[in-house]
Amino acid sequence: MPVITYRDALGAAIREEMQRDDRVFLMGEEVAVYQGAYKVSKGFLQEFGEMRVVDTPITELGFAGVGVGAAMVGLRPVIEFMTWNFALLALDQVVNAAAKMLYMSGGQYKMPIVFRGPNGAALQLSAQHSQAWESWLAHIPGLKVIAPGTPYDAKGLLKSAIRDDNPVCVLEGEMLYNTKGEVPDEEYLIPLGKAELKREGEHCSIITHGKMVLVALQAADQLAKEGINIDVVDLRTIRPMDVEAIGESVKKTNRAVVLEEGWEMCGVGAQVVDYIQRDCFDYLDAPVVRVHQADTPMPYAKGLEKAAKPDLPKAIAAVRKVMYLD
Amino acid sequence: MTATRTEKKRKSDSAAATQQGDPTLNLELLRSMLLQRRFEERCAEAYALGKIGGFCHLYIGQEAVSTGALSMLRPDDYVITTYRDHGPALARGMTPRAVMAELFGRQDGCARGKGGSMHMFDTNTNFLGGHGIVGGHVPIATGVGFAIKYRGGDQVIVCFMGESVVNTGAFHEALNMAGLWKLPCVFIIENNRYGMGTALERASAIHDIYERGAAYNMPRNQCDGQDVFAVRQAVGEAVERARKEQIPTLLEVRTYRFMGHSMSDAVSGTYRPKSELEEYMKRDPITLLRTHMQEAGQLTDEQLQKLDEELKAIVQDSWDFAESSPELPVEALYEDVYADTTT
Repeated sequence: MPVITYRDALGAAIREEMQRDDRVFLMGEEVAVYQGAYKVSKGFLQEFGEMRVVDTPITELGFAGVGVGAAMVGLRPVIEFMTWNFALLALDQVVNAAAKMLYMSGGQYKMPIVFRGPNGAALQLSAQHSQAWESWLAHIPGLKVIAPGTPYDAKGLLKSAIRDDNPVCVLEGEMLYNTKGEVPDEEYLIPLGKAELKREGEHCSIITHGKMVLVALQAADQLAKEGINIDVVDLRTIRPMDVEAIGESVKKTNRAVVLEEGWEMCGVGAQVVDYIQRDCFDYLDAPVVRVHQADTPMPYAKGLEKAAKPDLPKAIAAVRKVMYLD
Repeated sequence: MTATRTEKKRKSDSAAATQQGDPTLNLELLRSMLLQRRFEERCAEAYALGKIGGFCHLYIGQEAVSTGALSMLRPDDYVITTYRDHGPALARGMTPRAVMAELFGRQDGCARGKGGSMHMFDTNTNFLGGHGIVGGHVPIATGVGFAIKYRGGDQVIVCFMGESVVNTGAFHEALNMAGLWKLPCVFIIENNRYGMGTALERASAIHDIYERGAAYNMPRNQCDGQDVFAVRQAVGEAVERARKEQIPTLLEVRTYRFMGHSMSDAVSGTYRPKSELEEYMKRDPITLLRTHMQEAGQLTDEQLQKLDEELKAIVQDSWDFAESSPELPVEALYEDVYADTTT
């Protein structure tokens, strides 16, 4: 099976969908002439022309709204944010327009739109460029939110997102774009709302998504050497969340760590823990432990940044804690 | 300075208006405007009776803008507006029954009772909504213009907005892209002088706000919004330019709302004196049209009375319809949050 980067997997997903359906177009900053700020849309302008690969001024609120308008009358926009940090400026369109249009029009105006871009911290980008927004977005009824952690998932989920008749927020990762994985040549789709058990084990569950999937898998590898076998549940979709997959895993392992990039307060992990206490209360052998970013803005200084981020040692320590090994 | 300029415009527009001699068309315009007026008078009554809830922003005083502008459109064109949307919805041809049932929050409402006063939507007339966030719908209008161009169509979109919108970032971002990409959009500022209780002069650095179009390389114009013929002429030019040349226009239409900002507000008070309101009410758009028609021998008192009675009956029918329309079952709560994906 071909091995490609996460970046190319995303690009292939959009390209295939644009070839398949001429209502699909890509719009955002630097997507056309510059070939994509992160080169996801390399070659797109040449292949599809400027009407379907549209460079915008730096105007997140504006072009997100352009996408909403185009989706209302039948096109299927893919709106690229250079980062979700900038998309904060566009939240009125994402939350007040895209997420609610079907509902407040009594089911008349569908909103087949994708908002996508990198999410979470990269390296030393400091406070304004290092934030994970999934809990904000997943809070909103009407939105779907996906956070693929591998190239295979990125392609399959993004293709489904583009074909979905609802607004889908796609959280990618600057640190993921260069990661590689097996992606078949033949077409496939991954349904939204389905988690995947990325690793099977009977001792403890790690429930995670996005970039932290790789950390969870590393933790599983390392702990396996000590004879501790981890069930790694990759949510893949944050909203709608695959509650059954969470329950199935925790009922098997009786212990859970919830690992995410974002902050603790009202985070995705808080929601996961709520599902666990509701569905698996009698199965738990230990309190669930959460791993997340420190409750501070992201610092620039290398040492402090490392201290702030969730990482492999923190994930392993959390597993040891729920297993009463320390 | 501003007043003089407006006065001058008004005179020339009035001159154009007197050339409007088509009695059939004029009767249609009068009918449309008077329907909105009679409809909203009953809305105020229904609100007082608790049959309409939430925020309810009446359009009374501005009917020449909706009627004049939308009378220049084709059925396949698009319309989008703010939360002050009952008038434009009716002027676009949505039925009084569907609009009233929506206001009453009933199943037969144009948005199934999910939207209410601020969110009228109708796919049949390409009415893309009343929107509740000041400025939020303007980029959406640019997006509709983009979609028209993308498909190579010759439709246009008319986007109504209040004058307070021009101070938002969304307005600037949206008009810049419409101007940059040459999209078939007609942006109509309904300058009713006040953003809620804040006068234009206290909110905008320039007072002839159509001049903001210069920043977007966009043809721009200003007209009298109480004179339906002046609105028709200005919008007609803009629509033709959008349809034939794909050039957007920024049009400032000077009007006035005769009611409070919403039903919760006093009609006049701390922000505008009663005397000002009375002065503007002398130029009631319906009275102006009616007088024009009567002077031109196009309308007798008898005809007017008959029309008025007919419209009142239509509005009463919409009230009765709304009241008899079923309440939404609780199951409807979770419907329309997500669409079933079919593609």
